[in-house]
Amino acid sequence: MFYREAGDFKTSYVEDNQTFPIKFDRWRYYAVLAFAFAVVPFFINDYWVNAIFLPFLIYSIAAIGLNILVGYCGQVSLGTGGFMAVGAYAVYKLMTSFPDVSLFFHVLLAGGVTAIVGVLFGLPSLRIKGFYLAVATLAAQFFLVWLFNKVPWFYNYSASGQINAPERTVFGTLVSGPSADAWAKYIFCLVFTVIVAVIARNLTRGTQGRKWMAIRDMDIAAEIIGVDPLKAKLTAFAVSSFFVGVAGALFFSVYLGAVEVGEAFGINKSFLVLFMIIIGGLGSIFGSFAGAAFLVLMPVLLKNILVGGLGWPTDLAAHLEFIIVGGLIVTFLILEPHGLAQLWRVTKEKLRLWPFPH
Amino acid sequence: MSDTLIYATEVFINGLMAGVLYALVALGFVLIYKASGIFNYAQGVMALFAALTLVGIMDGQVPFSHLINAIFGTDIHHFGWHLPAVLAIILTMGVMILLAWAVNHFIMRHLVNQEPIILFMATIGLAYFMEGFGDLMWGADIKKLDVGLPMGLNTWIDDTTYNAFGYGFFIDNLDIVATIVAALLVAVLVAFSQYTKQGRAMRAVADDHQAALSVGVSLNFIWVMVWSVAGFVALVAGIMWGAKSGVQFSLSLIALKALPVLMLGGFTSIPGAIVGGLIIGVGEKLFEFFVGPMLGGATENWFAYVLALIFLVFRPQGLFGEKIIERV
Repeated sequence: MFYREAGDFKTSYVEDNQTFPIKFDRWRYYAVLAFAFAVVPFFINDYWVNAIFLPFLIYSIAAIGLNILVGYCGQVSLGTGGFMAVGAYAVYKLMTSFPDVSLFFHVLLAGGVTAIVGVLFGLPSLRIKGFYLAVATLAAQFFLVWLFNKVPWFYNYSASGQINAPERTVFGTLVSGPSADAWAKYIFCLVFTVIVAVIARNLTRGTQGRKWMAIRDMDIAAEIIGVDPLKAKLTAFAVSSFFVGVAGALFFSVYLGAVEVGEAFGINKSFLVLFMIIIGGLGSIFGSFAGAAFLVLMPVLLKNILVGGLGWPTDLAAHLEFIIVGGLIVTFLILEPHGLAQLWRVTKEKLRLWPFPH
Repeated sequence: MSDTLIYATEVFINGLMAGVLYALVALGFVLIYKASGIFNYAQGVMALFAALTLVGIMDGQVPFSHLINAIFGTDIHHFGWHLPAVLAIILTMGVMILLAWAVNHFIMRHLVNQEPIILFMATIGLAYFMEGFGDLMWGADIKKLDVGLPMGLNTWIDDTTYNAFGYGFFIDNLDIVATIVAALLVAVLVAFSQYTKQGRAMRAVADDHQAALSVGVSLNFIWVMVWSVAGFVALVAGIMWGAKSGVQFSLSLIALKALPVLMLGGFTSIPGAIVGGLIIGVGEKLFEFFVGPMLGGATENWFAYVLALIFLVFRPQGLFGEKIIERV
């Protein structure tokens, strides 16, 4: 039978501690990975990569990052767009300053830079809580976007104020710039997504994750039982910003290629990523993927149906998209405040007992 | 008086006027937050929606004409009438009350007792919904809103200051009207909440839901009423902002500007919203005037937030907010 603990005997601590303790889950996970790495790259073309796979992978990284901060540590942030911009501009400066270094390290370093900025803007969270903090993170959003617009050093004094990704390679394969192959971009982002997901999953089920969750559930009580709120909140900001920065770096260098900061990393991006984790499920790694997939796929689907299928004008489809996204968020919050991840959990619970009802 | 000082004074006065407009939006937030504990992100979009509806009714636009045309292949746009502003405002108010009822009936009623953050997210969802809905209903093009408010330079102030300092202050008539309207609005709101039965019930609900319920106050009615009042405030704000800069999508972004105002003043205080609005309005204009040129301008985009952020670090509940007491 599938999806059973029964008969799956653990004989060592390592086995007992593994990420997916249920055999079916584990094999399903390997199968998805094998499919994503070994099958998908041979069948995708530019349209699929640019319309679906790249946005999905990159937004998944950003959603995981934000989920650590909001879902696990309970610090609501509306500054995701600004932090993604930090990642993008950091990777741009690194790419243009050190053209010989592999892009892989640039992206990681860009994440590091974003983590530092994130900690800086996370400092007020020690005093400010709840809505007040959400609004305070807006300061990060607007200030950072303004900064990247106004200081020419960040965009290398280019006349348009835009930044354009130069062509860079990883292991001799071109991954950024207009002539990079679709499969190379896809694999590059996929590697990061998998790494981020594994790190996030393991962080959140270990000591650090438990500390974050204690802070989320009640910070004063957590402090009394010995969780240092300073360390817990700032690490959450650091880890979250690191992931968001990586997402921003990939978003710019691999996906878009050319970026105008106010347009690509505006306040709407912050809300989009926030919606992903609400719809997907706060405090769930799987939820981050589900939410990202949902919000990336839905507009593509709507556009294909309304514009392609029914022949409606595009602006009408855009309005309907707003209505549907808004309506879905409200519906989700009313019916299932814990998002798609909760539906998945319920399904797993049912699977475990199937075919018996109880 | 030196030139800089004179210019700064002009900037200061204009900042006060801009602050009044921020305060108008912030007021709507405070009302709903006090009565139901919901932080209503959709307030700005409500202002946009109200302004769109007002323009649509005045010009006799056919609602959803775009959608109807797309489905049935027709080509209709206008009923072909023009309504007087007063009538249109009354009709728009009717729409806003309907909206308040719908919001309460379809959304908020189902979310009672949820965590505040969930309620907040729900209002973001509502904001998106209404943004799309408003555009779908009335079209997304920029519209001119003209309800007969005086606009342009106030010549009397210009002349007087010119005679006094040798430099005429540029102050928009519309800003003066907005200030008067805001003052009136606050007076009406205070009178309403202090001297009417419904107003008292509203304050009772704000104080303690359960106690209010137990003495016979209908929560559903109060919530619909509060959302209607917030809709009314949104309508006023929408008229003022719409007359100033046209009815367009960016109108909904004033909600974001109202957030630092709220933080400064405290979420629960009506005077806080006003004082906060004035501080932000004056602060960002003066900052742009003195420091802006050194930093390359457009500091208005972020100054309000950073000011609020710094301020909150020292006083986490805002100027007039209730002190936050936490117990385990």
